[in-house]
Amino acid sequence: MASLDDLKKRIASVKSTQKITKAMKMVAAAKLRRAQESAEKGRPYSEKMNNVILNLSNGISDKENAPKLLSGTGQEKTHLCVVMTSDRGLCGGFNSNIIKKAKSYFAKILDEGKELKIITVGSKGNDQLKRVYGDKIIENISFKESKNANYFDADKVGKMVIEKFEAGEFDVCTIFYNQFKNVITQIPQAQQIIPLNNEGEENSSEESYEFEPDEDEILSNLLPKNISTQIFKAMLENSASEQGSRMSAMDNATRNAGEMVDKLTIEYNRSRQAAITKELIEIISGAESL
Amino acid sequence: MSEEFKVEIVNPEKSFLVKDDVSEVVVPAFEGEMGILKDHISIISFLKPGIIKILSKSGDENYYVEDGIVEFKNNNLSILTSTIFNLADIDKSKQQDLLKQAEEEANKTDINDQSKYLADQKVEVLKTLN
Repeated sequence: MASLDDLKKRIASVKSTQKITKAMKMVAAAKLRRAQESAEKGRPYSEKMNNVILNLSNGISDKENAPKLLSGTGQEKTHLCVVMTSDRGLCGGFNSNIIKKAKSYFAKILDEGKELKIITVGSKGNDQLKRVYGDKIIENISFKESKNANYFDADKVGKMVIEKFEAGEFDVCTIFYNQFKNVITQIPQAQQIIPLNNEGEENSSEESYEFEPDEDEILSNLLPKNISTQIFKAMLENSASEQGSRMSAMDNATRNAGEMVDKLTIEYNRSRQAAITKELIEIISGAESL
Repeated sequence: MSEEFKVEIVNPEKSFLVKDDVSEVVVPAFEGEMGILKDHISIISFLKPGIIKILSKSGDENYYVEDGIVEFKNNNLSILTSTIFNLADIDKSKQQDLLKQAEEEANKTDINDQSKYLADQKVEVLKTLN
């Protein structure tokens, strides 16, 4: 059995851990509110963008010559996966959930004999993926310096993806991120952004638009922007999810630490009492034998 | 019958402005300035750097945009843009900053004609803000 001194030390250390997790939970809660707000505020933009593109692609007459970003390259040989994770740990299952989703997708692609390329956004994803898929990772981006998700960063990723697409490095692009539902639920998502996937959305309005300049030019201008917008949306959802996940993980950790302190305190008191009793017995039996 | 319609400006971060008593909006469309009144035909166009003028009963507003898309449908005007400032918020130093950035961009030699054109536009518009 551990000595009294050891127990005391352990209680102290668990207590200080609890303080840290508690503080992290508070910070995450404060950040969550901001992240959630910006995720919600960012939604109209990406929705509107989607609408406009939908209207445009319905209006386009010549599907054959549609921009490649919309219709694809006509083959599905090389897949590019953009895996978006956080830069910091201690956020529960947040990163592993995305990685799990991504890995099962990777396995499927490799099984089909297709080529796989990976871009990781956020250092945690890179850490987890480089052991198995190290040779597939072509780029690793991290935004440790920027405090909040901002459009500028998303645009950088978007431009990079488009550059690679235009260089013919891949045919299909999918992004992986966590969609924020609420504090305890985040849903890992795989969203295909190239070619644009809008099947099942046949709510084409009867109305025809006037285009200025013509459809093609608008589309070719709009599609790259849409890529950045979708990535930005994913970043916003991700940062809200990260904080939510961290908050609930830290909440659990704090509670567990509390339980542990209670248990250790009982053990400590027991052994203290046992020592006292032992001493008493020794004194009494010593006195009796006189 | 009222001659007003609704305008909504959104940027990636948030819904920037919503107004439903607008009588006319002038946007710097790619092929020239375009005034939009109520019951305009549905149109999609995109913007070049310039000034958006919003005329409404509650006062006129001017915004500086660098790029964007406009969609007008059923008397709803949506403007999607990544960079927008209220002219009232741009003071001398801010304007100089923007101008400097734009000039740097315009003086790059490794950009294509279209970006060059857009950058030149930016410089021109910013100069007129004085």
